[in-house]
Amino acid sequence: MSFDSWHDFLYMGGHYAFVWSAYGIGVAGIAFILIRPLHARRRFFAEQAQRLRRRSPTANGEYDASGTA
Amino acid sequence: MGRLKTLWHRLGSPRWFFEISARWASGLVVAGLVGIAGGLGWGLAIAPPDYLQGNSFRIMYLHVPAAILSESCYMLMGAAGAVLLIWRMKLADMVIAAAAPIGAAFCAMALLTGAIWGRPTWGTWWVWDARTTSVLVLLFLYFGVIALRQALPERTAGRACAILAIVGVVDIPIIKYSVDWWLTLHQPSTFKLTAAPSMPPEMYLPLLVSVLSFYAFFAGVLILGVGNEILLREQRTQWVDDLVRSRAS
Repeated sequence: MSFDSWHDFLYMGGHYAFVWSAYGIGVAGIAFILIRPLHARRRFFAEQAQRLRRRSPTANGEYDASGTA
Repeated sequence: MGRLKTLWHRLGSPRWFFEISARWASGLVVAGLVGIAGGLGWGLAIAPPDYLQGNSFRIMYLHVPAAILSESCYMLMGAAGAVLLIWRMKLADMVIAAAAPIGAAFCAMALLTGAIWGRPTWGTWWVWDARTTSVLVLLFLYFGVIALRQALPERTAGRACAILAIVGVVDIPIIKYSVDWWLTLHQPSTFKLTAAPSMPPEMYLPLLVSVLSFYAFFAGVLILGVGNEILLREQRTQWVDDLVRSRAS
């Protein structure tokens, strides 16, 4: 361990504002990079499931006559 | 050689790639996140402070991997651009589309953490010197690729993005050698393939863990993004519809 106490760790020898804001940006960036594709995938499946539901469930893979699908 | 050729042809099949890659993506992302947490925690709490910079040098464990990844990501896009133009492989186009926003985020991260690190170290947030300016150019190149894709119709966007990705690779050696060619405030490379690190192991090992974990994380999210591109382009095909149904039920 490089620090003797939690206070020392958070204080970062007086550089706390720089170190922790940089790490805040890092965590935010990593979260952004990860959440973006996960969110896009969920939205894709939700939209496609909705599109398939609009198709007549009785027709064997054919579009319904209303032509809305 | 025969197997290699089969693999090459299979890479041309988005469906095959999607089914194989789904298993890899989550493993790489989880391993990457665990490694990043470990590397950053090690660098923040355990590594000794720098004799000159004190504790502000701990920003390095985040800044250096973000910067390395933003460069690697662009080189990957350039290579994918060449593959697209030469072999017309659709997957290469999807790699460029998925990689650009990730690379832009890493690049922005490198610039912002660099500015924060620069303040206590150089006494300024920003200098218009060769290193910082060439990295800013890299960020604009990423924005250019993203904007081109959104502005052009799909048929021409792929080729345009590929050309910009290839041409933009010129910036990478400029970034790399900027600290050697010009006078700059920025310190020279932390890692060199040809020489021992300029830091003691207790300082560079956490950085090594952090860099490798960033690569694993990048590979995972890139595969996720490419998978999304495949789904979008193959939507309304039988296999995607089947996948949607199996997920919904």
